[in-house]
Amino acid sequence: MPANVEHEKALIGRILAGDVDLFHELVRPYEKLVYVTIFTMLRNEAEAEDGAQEVMINAFRHLKSFRGDSKFSTWLVTIAMNEARQRLRKAKAAPQESLDEEKEEREGDFTPVVLTDWREIPSEALEKKEMRQKIRAAVEQLPPIYREVLVLRDLEELNQEETANALGISITLVKVRLHRARMMLQKLLAPYLKTAAPANKGFFGRMFS
Amino acid sequence: MKLECKHVWEHISEYLDHQLDAELLKDIENHLENCEVCSAILDSTRNILVLTADNRTYELPVGYSERLHKRLEKALRDAESAPEKPA
Repeated sequence: MPANVEHEKALIGRILAGDVDLFHELVRPYEKLVYVTIFTMLRNEAEAEDGAQEVMINAFRHLKSFRGDSKFSTWLVTIAMNEARQRLRKAKAAPQESLDEEKEEREGDFTPVVLTDWREIPSEALEKKEMRQKIRAAVEQLPPIYREVLVLRDLEELNQEETANALGISITLVKVRLHRARMMLQKLLAPYLKTAAPANKGFFGRMFS
Repeated sequence: MKLECKHVWEHISEYLDHQLDAELLKDIENHLENCEVCSAILDSTRNILVLTADNRTYELPVGYSERLHKRLEKALRDAESAPEKPA
């Protein structure tokens, strides 16, 4: 939903001038964005909902500091990711997560899953609840440092610079982590998508026919 | 230059983001044209990302919006939380 930037600017101006009720209208298009950002990180509905409420309240309290040099949605997503990270920290990192971080700098050998009989986007696959669950589960399996980059870049569509700023890391690290996150996701999901795709002649079928 | 599959995989993400320099891009596209395995991996990665970002993949809890605006309403009413108004 491409929000009308001018309309948003005007709303923000009026809210800051005291017409606070308009804040409801301002954030309505971004309710889901904020929730999904936190949910993907915390993996818990109730916590994500509470976090999303906090984010919106914080956004209201700090609306004055929104400078308008980024999109309002980007600003909100950044606040949401901060909230998620804070809550993750509070829940203190599970031992396996610190191990995952150690693995990072190691040059990982990655072998993607080959999937040749599924070329079209099976968008109708998403009509199946099972498929949506599989995708969410795969995202949840990514170690947090990769998940947060994937969420900001590919789900919330922040650019590299915005992502780097939101996470306090370099653009190079954003690129490295994003690549690995995407490849991990490919590896986790390709096998399921294969079975979800209509039966088709596979790689060897096409090759030798 | 002839690329190995493994080398192509390392650049899938940059390829999807259109961040490869012209020379490498040409080599990779050459490879993709002739390598069914790599082009399938590229397609599946792209498709998986499209599905992951699809609006249907994540759902809001029932009543989420109502509860959010109710809590917001309280915050908006709360004098302390009101944004600073110009004098």
